[in-house]
Amino acid sequence: MTSIQGRLFAILLAGTGLLWLCAAAWIYAGATQRLQQVLDSRLQASAHMVASLLTDGNLVAASPGAARIPSLEGAGRPLSCQVWSLDGRLVARSEGAPLAKLSDQPPGFADHDVGGEPWRVYVVEDPAKGLRILVGDRLVERQALLAELIKSLLVPGLLILPLLGLLIWACLARGFRPLRALTGELNRRSEEDMRPIEAAPDAPTEIRPVVQALNDLFAKVEAARRQERAVTAFAAHELRTPLAGLKAQAQIAIAASHDAAVRDGALRQILVAVDRTTRLVRQLLSMAKLDSASEAERLEEIDLAALLAEVTEPQRGATGRVEIAPELRGLVLRGNRALLALALRNLHENAVQHMPPGGLVRWGLEDGDRLFVEDEGPGIPAEELPLVTQRFFRGRHKSPTGSGLGLAITELALRQGGWALALRNRVASPGLRAEILLRGA
Amino acid sequence: MRVLVVEDDAVLLDAVRVGLGLAGATVDGVASCADARAALSTGGFDAVVLDVMLPDGSGLDLLSAWRRGGDRTPVLLLTALDEVADRIRGLDTGADDHLGKPFDLDELAARVRAIARRGAGRAAALLQLGDILLDPAAQRVTLAGRPVELSRREFAVLAALMERPGTIKSRPDIETRLYGWQEEIESNAVEVYIHNLRAKLGREAIETVRGVGYRMRAPR
Repeated sequence: MTSIQGRLFAILLAGTGLLWLCAAAWIYAGATQRLQQVLDSRLQASAHMVASLLTDGNLVAASPGAARIPSLEGAGRPLSCQVWSLDGRLVARSEGAPLAKLSDQPPGFADHDVGGEPWRVYVVEDPAKGLRILVGDRLVERQALLAELIKSLLVPGLLILPLLGLLIWACLARGFRPLRALTGELNRRSEEDMRPIEAAPDAPTEIRPVVQALNDLFAKVEAARRQERAVTAFAAHELRTPLAGLKAQAQIAIAASHDAAVRDGALRQILVAVDRTTRLVRQLLSMAKLDSASEAERLEEIDLAALLAEVTEPQRGATGRVEIAPELRGLVLRGNRALLALALRNLHENAVQHMPPGGLVRWGLEDGDRLFVEDEGPGIPAEELPLVTQRFFRGRHKSPTGSGLGLAITELALRQGGWALALRNRVASPGLRAEILLRGA
Repeated sequence: MRVLVVEDDAVLLDAVRVGLGLAGATVDGVASCADARAALSTGGFDAVVLDVMLPDGSGLDLLSAWRRGGDRTPVLLLTALDEVADRIRGLDTGADDHLGKPFDLDELAARVRAIARRGAGRAAALLQLGDILLDPAAQRVTLAGRPVELSRREFAVLAALMERPGTIKSRPDIETRLYGWQEEIESNAVEVYIHNLRAKLGREAIETVRGVGYRMRAPR
């Protein structure tokens, strides 16, 4: 798991440290170059000074190697100086200078290894006096100087870095406090608590949209839950009544074992009740499926006439006729077939259930985009029209097997499929006309 | 005992009608508030079994209107909303009892008998007058401890007469207790039943009040 705070902390600390290191490296590089120059020019100046101080013969008398030059003090560090004759004798050397020749190089600067140690040497030749003056510096000493410099750069950095880290961590912790507070509040919540979260008055602008979004979500979940509870209560009611009928009829069938007529009547009623309950359960499942899953994504070409034929088939041969208008043939539309089939099936069942004996259920098309079904039933009283698509609403002209869910399912399925349902009573003759707007609302 | 059942589910209505009929009651069934209102106004019911959710309104509103109008017929509410609050509301509206769906038919019959009994101002489950003992639940009659075989209708006539001994029941009174709306009233039937009862219980058990009706003779 990654923590924003941890990552920010690492980035900030690494960034600061890197900046520090870069600065140190920059200073080191610059200082090294400058120091080389200064020390080199000191070597050069010292060598020329020694050369100018030497006069003919003031060293000649001295025994070879015995002549002493006072040590050259420069910037607190002794330089080593050797004076050689051109024929290769050590004429003089400064105190502490090695006996070995510092350099064989021609005049100028040279790096040379003397006795295992790297030296920086400057050579001056004086042909007139027959002397070579060599002034050298141990590189080790130069490096020690530089090391000290870099130490003075890095040590404060290393000392301050933990302090800086603490400071960054504290700032981050403070910055993330509102987020932690929000997490705490959400953690403390029970799953029933859907009250909106109160954003602290000093909540930063980054947190406020999150709180707002969460509150919107809470509101939606709460609304869905309320709806679910209402539906469950209704479903319980709608299931209990047929179950009560079933149970009572079963008791009658048992009690009236001696009376065949009463018993057969009870058994027939049981069949009716079972049919109705079966249908109710099927409708409830359809509803639950519509509620839970959005199937509308699966679009396909739907052959309307074929779908209608399929949907109306099981209801055929009932008490009336079913007519599908010829203009529906060959009509193809794009949409979710399962949703449309569910809607059409419920509309058709509805029409057939309210059909008087010998009545006609007619499917047709108007204006090219309005699929309609007309029945010859009693229609729906005008004041009930807006209510019939509510779940479990059963109007005055209900059918014995009606569940109060058919039109609600139709409406929901059509809405999810991107269509719309319009219900009205027929004008010329009694009956209901249900229209599906195929282009959607 | 004549009972009005108000229930919009056809299967359940049929079950209650047949079930209470088997328990010895004469039952009329209706499926809407409007029909229930019309039925109750004709009078003569000993109890009402009322569903709460009806297609054209709430049974509770109907009950409340009856009680406001001074109707005292005992009412048993049938509800599928099995919440305590609903039960309390039903009883406070004026219901005498309550039964949640689904229910036991025998229990329904017993509860209907109980509210009808209390509605008639009695507490005892058995009706007794002298040697005659009538058990409405078992639909059994004994005379001085010996069982008396009665037909369903004869039993109903005797029960109607024994509910308030001393009061006179007219022939139409008795007929409403015997026949539901759908049933054809047989002429002279009441006379025939009274005759049979006298034959089984003794001539002096039932007194004819000329021009008014019948009543049980108070025991000596």
